[in-house]
Amino acid sequence: MSNPNVTNVIVAGVGGQGVLKASDILGEAIFRRGFDVKKAEVHGMSQRGGSVKTDVRYGEKVYSPMVPIGECDYLVVLSADQVEINRPSLKAGGVLIAPDAVDENRLTNKRSLNVALLGVLSRHLDIPEADWREAIRVNLPEKIQAVNFEAFALGRNS
Amino acid sequence: MSNQSDSAAGGARLLLSGNEAIARAGVDAQVALGAGYPGTPSTEILENFSDLGGPAQWSPNEKVALEVAIGAAYGGARVLMTTKHVGLNVAADPLFTVAYTGVAGALVIVVADDPGMASSQNEQDSRRYARAAGVPMFEPADSQEAYDMTLEALRRSQEWGLPVFLRVTTRVCHSKTIVTPHGRIDAPTPTHFERDIPGLVMIPAYARIAHKKLREQLAAISEWADTTEWNGLSGSGGPSLGVITSGIVYQHVRDAAPEADVLKLGFSYPVPEGKIRDFVTTHERCVVIEEGDPVLAEAIGAMGLTVESKSERYRFGELSVERIRRILDRDESPEPSMPKGKPPQLCVGCPHRKTFEILKELNCIVTGDIGCYTLGVLPPFQAMDTCVCMGASIGVGLGLRHVIPEDEARRVVSVIGDSTFVHSGVTGLIEMAYNRPRTGHLTIILDNGTTAMTGMQEHPGTGRRLNHDPAYQLVIEDVCRAVGIERTFVIDPVKAVDELKDRIAESLKSDALSVIIVRRPCILALAKIKKIDTANGEPKG
Ligand SMILES: Cc1ncc(C[n+]2csc(CCOP(=O)(O)OP(=O)(O)O)c2C)c(N)n1
Ligand code: SF4
Repeated sequence: MSNPNVTNVIVAGVGGQGVLKASDILGEAIFRRGFDVKKAEVHGMSQRGGSVKTDVRYGEKVYSPMVPIGECDYLVVLSADQVEINRPSLKAGGVLIAPDAVDENRLTNKRSLNVALLGVLSRHLDIPEADWREAIRVNLPEKIQAVNFEAFALGRNS
Repeated sequence: MSNQSDSAAGGARLLLSGNEAIARAGVDAQVALGAGYPGTPSTEILENFSDLGGPAQWSPNEKVALEVAIGAAYGGARVLMTTKHVGLNVAADPLFTVAYTGVAGALVIVVADDPGMASSQNEQDSRRYARAAGVPMFEPADSQEAYDMTLEALRRSQEWGLPVFLRVTTRVCHSKTIVTPHGRIDAPTPTHFERDIPGLVMIPAYARIAHKKLREQLAAISEWADTTEWNGLSGSGGPSLGVITSGIVYQHVRDAAPEADVLKLGFSYPVPEGKIRDFVTTHERCVVIEEGDPVLAEAIGAMGLTVESKSERYRFGELSVERIRRILDRDESPEPSMPKGKPPQLCVGCPHRKTFEILKELNCIVTGDIGCYTLGVLPPFQAMDTCVCMGASIGVGLGLRHVIPEDEARRVVSVIGDSTFVHSGVTGLIEMAYNRPRTGHLTIILDNGTTAMTGMQEHPGTGRRLNHDPAYQLVIEDVCRAVGIERTFVIDPVKAVDELKDRIAESLKSDALSVIIVRRPCILALAKIKKIDTANGEPKG
């Protein structure tokens, strides 16, 4: 039933972890690569430490911005306690990228876990590294860029 | 301030949320004023408009914002007013009558609905307002359309001389999709007030004429609805399945039923009767798929046409690709439910926490209000007993005090935030002094120096305008005294927690009218506020 020409990614976690930022970077990298892309998220009450989830869909032509349940190709989860509640989104054979996909102790700043997990995701997606770097650059203030490039590399090479 | 020339040039491909796209269109149309009050999911429209150099303002509430917008549009300007769905209730009074008077310039009212209530107290359907007030309505389905339809709505508003709605929903506001802006449109004509007493002064004699004129205009616009390309057909599925839809739902339908013919109503009120009739009569099975109330289905039914509509369960919540597949499959089996996420909580260190701990300890009956502090209803506090709409805490508390037995009445406390107080608490306080309960009353104003819930917006009490420039600062304690509250206290809930508790306990015992302003900045806003104050060269306390 699902559309084979669209790739579905979900980034999930809890408020304050940088879920929205990670999906902004992901959306931007895909956008730079030239795909049609849509990104859906819910703001508001969800920011106060509650569950946060964003959907990113891309391909030649994307209609709905929301990933249908059971059709997610890549599920990136920033908080261990959010894995189970998001698992039903994943399609059979879809890839789960859980927070332990990178060794947190090797992060210079633990807050860049979001970008490190994007590094892990990047190994699966057909997006040149230059687009990722540019997406990180335009989405983060200058003073935290270096540490995030490092985090991205850690995930990408792990 | 970002780059207007960039936008003026047009052409560049951008990844924008619907809210960002509306803001950009406002700049490209050289809108003279954007007025509103914050409310998810509409808030970022004016913030982005301001960041792009547009003149934007937060008003104390939506009614005032719409009135200011009406005045500017009477003066010939292009104006945007933004609100969330429930804000339109607050602004409904001027809305219904500006439809009669019309405007000289352009007035586009952006109303953002929240089906599924990601961050709202109800899921009312603003499409009903278009019909009730007689205001034409556009419904974008993505950010490009949000951009294009903002421009078109401004153009139409000017041409028709009527206010026009741009109705968006959470998924349009907060989804990012690709937009190619066109750049600046033609410059607005110079502003000027043209006296038109029968047209603008709605005494009954003039209003009777104005109402007839409005209905005639709507009849003419309904013919336009049949010719405009905003109402268009997609798919070449043949005659077997046709779907009529609007807004974001169109996108889900395209995914759920690629084989269907779709009539998409980008301009959804007045409905294009001719197009709908043709579509329905040329498809064997025709299904109306819409989020929220069955508004289109009712309108089409009233035309004497037979169409299928969703079953009652789909009135609730958002639609999605999965749900639309079920509607089309006529699948009435229970829907699978996703596991529930973690609920939001008051931040650790939130200045609201102490007050709710005390209210719980004192076993108060708390008539609450809307803001971050509504989270005081959840464990561990569970210290809120009612929440209706912004400002209701005071009136509801007074009503209870009037009728319940004295021992219960003495436990009633109204709790309201600072932004909410300015929005619609002031009149409640006037009521408190005017129709005073026998046992007196206590209102607690939680003044955290910001509109935290919607993302830290300024309001009159912060002394800064939407773009954080300094402005006259409303002094809440002065308002309390001025309306006749006998005892007004200002207490820091961290530095003077014992005093806070004693004051609450003592106020409940007395027959006096008391207001306690619990003042301490929101911890998330604190750093931001400090930075702004330093930039403004006036560090505050
Ligand atoms: C009529 C209406 N307009 C806007 C909103 C959105 N909204 C909910 S609470 C709120 C204000 C919250 O600010 P405040 O009262 O200062 O409390 P805080 O969140 O800072 O604790 C707003 C704007 C609404 N629910 N109803
Ligand atoms: S954002 Fe501010 S007001 Fe809201 S819960 Fe956090 S600290 Fe409290």
